[in-house]
Amino acid sequence: MSRHISEKYDEELAAVQESLMEMGGLVEQQLNDACRALITHNRELANKVRDVEQSVNTLEVELDDQCVSIIALRQPTARDLRVMMSIMKAVTDLERIGDEADRIAKMALHVADLPIPANQYADFHTIQSDLVPMLTGALDAFARADTALALSVIADDEKVDEGYAALVRKNITEMRENPEDVEHAMNLIWAARALERIGDHAKNISEYVVYQVEGEDVRHRRVDQEPT
Amino acid sequence: MSEPVNPNTPQNDADASARTEKISIKVNDLSLYYGDKKALDSISMEIPARQATAFIGPSGCGKSTLLRCFNRMNDLIDNVHTTGSIELEGTNIHDQRVDAAQLRRRVGMVFQRPNPFPKSIYENVAYGMRIQESVHKSEMDERVEWALRSAALWDEVKDRLKDSALGLSGGQQQRLVIARAVAIRPSVLLLDEPASALDPISTLKIEELIEQLKDEYTIVIVTHNMQQAARVSDHTAFLYLGELVEFDKTDDIFKNPQQKRTEDYITGRYG
Repeated sequence: MSRHISEKYDEELAAVQESLMEMGGLVEQQLNDACRALITHNRELANKVRDVEQSVNTLEVELDDQCVSIIALRQPTARDLRVMMSIMKAVTDLERIGDEADRIAKMALHVADLPIPANQYADFHTIQSDLVPMLTGALDAFARADTALALSVIADDEKVDEGYAALVRKNITEMRENPEDVEHAMNLIWAARALERIGDHAKNISEYVVYQVEGEDVRHRRVDQEPT
Repeated sequence: MSEPVNPNTPQNDADASARTEKISIKVNDLSLYYGDKKALDSISMEIPARQATAFIGPSGCGKSTLLRCFNRMNDLIDNVHTTGSIELEGTNIHDQRVDAAQLRRRVGMVFQRPNPFPKSIYENVAYGMRIQESVHKSEMDERVEWALRSAALWDEVKDRLKDSALGLSGGQQQRLVIARAVAIRPSVLLLDEPASALDPISTLKIEELIEQLKDEYTIVIVTHNMQQAARVSDHTAFLYLGELVEFDKTDDIFKNPQQKRTEDYITGRYG
């Protein structure tokens, strides 16, 4: 895009986008740390995730304030308006990703003193392996206004959903066979549920990318209905 | 990304309804020259009846020139000639049988600076009717009241109709001029920057008035204030260097214009 006549407006837009990426980087780290804390029963790392949550919340408030100022003072239109709306929505999704990472960290604290299970959280790790590139991709797509990347992230959400469904099925069987493991299985399902929700948020962020670039709202559509 | 659009008609399938709506003004391949200089370049567009259409664009883009074509105000300027045609409700306004004064009765115009006559408030509204037809005093009173009510001015002036119109505030004068224009029951109202000389509250009153007037009249408004175009119009045309770049529903122009030049203009970017 060419530059605005007002350089200050360009600077304000760049600053809000930079803050969003900073928030994205924080929640990405939170997610990675939370998963590692759970898988390795690392209490210290889980506590670190919980501490970062405060920084994420602060950034959410600051970003909302920056966006409101731009809307009030600049009255953005067309793509500028779509960018502002996308940022405001992405901020909410990122904050919720932070909440979900915090939830996983709580589970990690709950199991921190127990022995690591024999399967070493293999199914959980599978979901995490599909999810982390989704979140990274969503943030990269946002930073580069890359619709193609955003669409591939949207399509990838299905893998995360399938991974979660498989984990739930397996743990239900586990609970039936070994009722004494119910608590552990339930914890794992809750943590996996958090990953599945993070996938939904990454998908949302990717949908905002399509909206800001193409002006097309692709929310609530099936993947085969997305623009090519 | 979207294909380039033909700017001549409102775009999108959603606008199919607009195309089937009654068209008030149909512009066909209109070019206008000041001497050798081309000021409007092959403009074709259909302006829907009883809706507000805004013309936006930088100074010198031809938006006021195009507006003035609709009631042949450009005929008053030496060395102007046009090619192409303009139809008002199916009649070519350049047809020899069309009298320019009669045309201007059907296509009223309000300018940037309010220009009331140095007469009473009542006479300003009655004047146009009086020179065109013989109206009985009681009927004239009714029509003056109706016109002032239509222009949302009645409540403010009903007790001082005999006072000079020049004693009114700028915003009131502009609404008086609008009352004078609607008093002769035109079908189209052309508004050339009608609020640019007014304070914000008077501006809002004019905008509110446009919202009400479009139930009865086709409104075409030229404005430099893009937020005003966004607020008051149903369709927006963006002109640049005498060319119609894009003409679409206002909502689409301001949320997702199809042409880069439109986007650059409305977002305040260098082209």
